[in-house]
Amino acid sequence: MPKVTYVQPDGTSRTVDATVGRSLMQVALDHGVDGIVAECGGNAMCATCHVYVAPERLDDLGPLCSDEEEMLDCTASPRAATSRLSCQLPVTEDLDGLVLRLPEEQL
Amino acid sequence: MITLDDDPFADAVLADPVPLHRRLRDAGPVVRLVRYDVWAMARADEVTRALTDPETFCSSAGVGLSDFRKETPWRPPSLLLEADAPEHDRARRTVTSVLTPKVVKTYRDTFAREAEKLVATLVERGEFDAVADFAEAFPLKVFPDAVGLPAEGREHLLPYGAMVFNGFGPRNHLFTEAMERGAVAREWIAEHCRAENLAPGGLGARIHEAASEFSEEERALLVRSFLSAGVDTTVHALGNAVLCFASYPDQWAALREKPERSRAAFEEVVRFTSPVQTFFRTTTRDVEIGGERIPAGDKVLLFLAAANRDPRRWPDADTFDITRRAAGHVGFGSGVHACVGQMFARLEGEVLLAALARRVTTIELAGEPRPQLSNTLRGLASLPVRVR
Repeated sequence: MPKVTYVQPDGTSRTVDATVGRSLMQVALDHGVDGIVAECGGNAMCATCHVYVAPERLDDLGPLCSDEEEMLDCTASPRAATSRLSCQLPVTEDLDGLVLRLPEEQL
Repeated sequence: MITLDDDPFADAVLADPVPLHRRLRDAGPVVRLVRYDVWAMARADEVTRALTDPETFCSSAGVGLSDFRKETPWRPPSLLLEADAPEHDRARRTVTSVLTPKVVKTYRDTFAREAEKLVATLVERGEFDAVADFAEAFPLKVFPDAVGLPAEGREHLLPYGAMVFNGFGPRNHLFTEAMERGAVAREWIAEHCRAENLAPGGLGARIHEAASEFSEEERALLVRSFLSAGVDTTVHALGNAVLCFASYPDQWAALREKPERSRAAFEEVVRFTSPVQTFFRTTTRDVEIGGERIPAGDKVLLFLAAANRDPRRWPDADTFDITRRAAGHVGFGSGVHACVGQMFARLEGEVLLAALARRVTTIELAGEPRPQLSNTLRGLASLPVRVR
């Protein structure tokens, strides 16, 4: 099972087993990782599962779709070039070792 | 095939739906409701699966019992709710562009101010009806203001919503009564979906601007979705919230301790009470679920409320707990048809419950709560309370 690490704004981190096919948002909720609110339950409507992806791994993720693109303009913490919505990122074997930084604020 | 003879639209069931929901979940992943010749799903996995597979479980044949391919709907179908791709996506994109979290945030201060004002008045009164004076009063002020409706005529919004939500059920006495009561409202609603009757800068006017690729008639239908979907649902959620807190004083104490929990608390109210209880879908192909083959063209009743209390998904599902992570419930639906106004509803719930939590120590029942029966919604007709 691929391992994914969520890093909190204060630098503490947790590495969890990510089930292939679940989204990186669902994986965070499954493991009770703080900092992912995911109010809309994964429908790209709330921008509260915002994450910053390690830049060298951006290419391992699928491209932004138009819904995600628009929603990223609504994040509570500033959008960066590495910003993604974790609800739109399905876990694949290729993502093993992925590090996601969580923003200061989601709401 | 697992069959049940229950009538989910019977008065007694609508007044207290929880026992039927339990029976449905326990009966199996897919159940045949013989009374209406429809399938039913009530477990979280199957309900979510159906909601997120709109190609198999379509909406354009109507999301009520009536099959639009065989019967003429009582009103022109909604371009959002009662539509499938690609038409649905076009309409949905237009409306989401007007209801983004960023836009919703611009209403925060105004809503919070109105919430403070209303709560201050109610605290002074001490005793009031938490439905009429609280749960209806707040959305009926802030929401039509935001949409850009005139102050006059707003009393038509609730009877209209009652028609819409009873219209998804069978032609029972609730449907007939709602249609009679709402007859006058229909014209007012139609009139106030038109651009010339909507205040500039409001959400209604913005829909007309964003929907320039649509005909004038279609633009009005998009605005109609706001008026149909945005009032009764929120009203019921807020009324249910007060009943929850009057019934679970420990949860009220937990909220009072940290009023900033009000957003999560509102989320739990929606999971626990599911103001929108059910929606239908129609199969577009033969599909196998839980060992049962559902043929193409059949109606499937999805019990959102039952899914939100499925113990397979939620620990202590029947416990109202504002500290739980309620995200992932289907009280606002899920997938392409997920409630487009959900961020608005959350804002209303959050600011109003926070205002109440800052001012009110205890909430007690001052009389028997009376349910408001509806073929789709779960909520109250009246809820006498005393606050201190």
